[in-house]
Amino acid sequence: MQGKSWSKYLLSLPPMAYLLIFFAAPTLIMLFASFRYPGEYGGLAPWYLQENGRITLDLTLENWQRLLCTDIYIRLFIKSIGYAVAATLICMVMGYPLALMIARSGRKSRDLLLLLVILPFWSNFLVRIYAWMIIFSPVGALTRMLNGVLDLFGVGPVTLMYSPTAMLVCLVYVHLPFMVLPLYANLEKHDLDLLDAAQDLGAGKWRRFWLITWPLSLSGVIAGSILVFIPVLGMFAIPDLLGGTDGIMIGNVIKQQFMESRDWPFGSVLSMVLTVTAVAVVLLGSRLGQRR
Amino acid sequence: MEITELLEIVTVSRHFDDFVALDKVSLHIEAGEFFTLLGPSGCGKTTLLRLIAGFDQPDGGDILLDGKTILAAPPERRPLHTIFQNYALFPHMTVAENIAFPLRMAGIAKKEIQARVAEALDDVRLPDKARQYPDALSGGQKQRIAIARALVNRPRLLLLDEPLSALDAKLREQMQIELINLQKDIGITFIYVTHDQGEALALSHRIAVMDCGKIVQVDVPERLYGVPNSRFVADFIGKCNLLEGRVREQQGDSVIVELDGLGPVHVCRSETKFAAGSRCALTLRPEKIRIAAAIVNSADDESHFTGHVHDLLYLGDVTVYIVTLANGLLLEALLANSASGRTNFFEVGDQVEVAWSCDAGHLVLD
Repeated sequence: MQGKSWSKYLLSLPPMAYLLIFFAAPTLIMLFASFRYPGEYGGLAPWYLQENGRITLDLTLENWQRLLCTDIYIRLFIKSIGYAVAATLICMVMGYPLALMIARSGRKSRDLLLLLVILPFWSNFLVRIYAWMIIFSPVGALTRMLNGVLDLFGVGPVTLMYSPTAMLVCLVYVHLPFMVLPLYANLEKHDLDLLDAAQDLGAGKWRRFWLITWPLSLSGVIAGSILVFIPVLGMFAIPDLLGGTDGIMIGNVIKQQFMESRDWPFGSVLSMVLTVTAVAVVLLGSRLGQRR
Repeated sequence: MEITELLEIVTVSRHFDDFVALDKVSLHIEAGEFFTLLGPSGCGKTTLLRLIAGFDQPDGGDILLDGKTILAAPPERRPLHTIFQNYALFPHMTVAENIAFPLRMAGIAKKEIQARVAEALDDVRLPDKARQYPDALSGGQKQRIAIARALVNRPRLLLLDEPLSALDAKLREQMQIELINLQKDIGITFIYVTHDQGEALALSHRIAVMDCGKIVQVDVPERLYGVPNSRFVADFIGKCNLLEGRVREQQGDSVIVELDGLGPVHVCRSETKFAAGSRCALTLRPEKIRIAAAIVNSADDESHFTGHVHDLLYLGDVTVYIVTLANGLLLEALLANSASGRTNFFEVGDQVEVAWSCDAGHLVLD
């Protein structure tokens, strides 16, 4: 017995070490950085001062005050959460029927459909975003066709590119598999006899779905939602390339602090808030998942 | 009890591609009956049950309930419920919510639902399980909850699809007795599907034996066992010796059969008319065969033969002796170990005599 428990710890040692070094430690460094001054040319200023042989700490709460004193960052956070919620909901509404269809189809077509769901992963993430830029571009087929039709009704031309809509379409496109796969894994395990039993006991199509399938799939819904919500919340590439001036998310501002603004401490503050938000969402999700 | 016809199955057929699952099956099931569909796996019994429940549609024929066709109604609108093999209790609902489900679907008021759920739980003697989830219950308890759920809104008919197959032998026997009593108490018609002939004999008022999508014999248990109408039924229900032969002559209900390698035997109380010379088989239950070192006081109408004990199976209460007869034929005979202090009466190799009276066997035609 003792040997067994030892080997259990031994096996989990490498992943534990990995997470400690590359996740826990950087998070702590970032937390520390959020209380420091920015360096003159980017980076961080020293965290202590040496004067007349005396060493004093040179830390500050200014960065955190800056977050709370204006509402623009808070509003940006709320806006980002709004985009993330919207993308998650759209992924759920689109992904659920798809996952259900795959889970209920025959063995052969099931494998093919699953392959199609993960097929986009075979090409690079940025390449796929550039593809959307081509689709949405003002001279692209989609925009021109749409504007042609709108012109018939005397409505002025629209641009699809550089808008929150374009951004949202792409966010959903990129993250849909993360919703579909956990949902499929859940739905595929459902005992179909339960649906027969519900029907036998008088439940029609809709009640069978809402009273049996949906409640039994909640853990899959939660897992999928977390997998979509968290990466979308921190996303910067898609808003950068497709979002335009309106479609800015917190990820863009964080990136900006570290790159253009060279204000690492304030970037750290925003990162910490993002991390805490993400952890809170996961905790909330797992609490919801544990309830019957 | 007034006998009224509840369910009528009229020449129902069902094909799956080339496979004929049901071939023009007709049945009448009376109100208040415990009716069993019995057969080996793949005989079509579950297909028939699914057609009655409405999960599947027949390719031909009709199913009438109280004289009216129910084929157009989907399962949720048929006044009958099914007990599934694995019970199909909803894992995310408590026991009380499970039982309340059909009542909720029927749009019954909350107050009445509560009262009827409590009553249903009392009926299956699990009143304290209302707030538990199904995964906290034992197999037998799940079974009872499934029954309570299916009966709570008083269906006309209860369909049971091998409901005891997941239970161990001892619990199964106990549940069999409970099912018999329950059916007697509530008077709802049961249609029970099983491949276990012992279970069918113990539970049913009438049994339909099915094979290859057809109904072979419909009868009360005693007659299925005692007067099987075919080799298949004789062989499928209980243990049976099949002795091949040819009909020599018949006078009234008395038949002389020339058994292959054994010679003529007398069979009395035959219900069927046989043409002289037709091939037939004498079905002989092991417990109807007398076995002794030497048969004394042999009656005139007894057939008897000499053989050797070829093998024996000691089962505790009885011992099965397999006896080789003169022509090399193996005959199975049962002897209750009723003598005190004795285990087996004979050993392998012992010479024995076997005998049976003329009404012990039953003839089936080829």
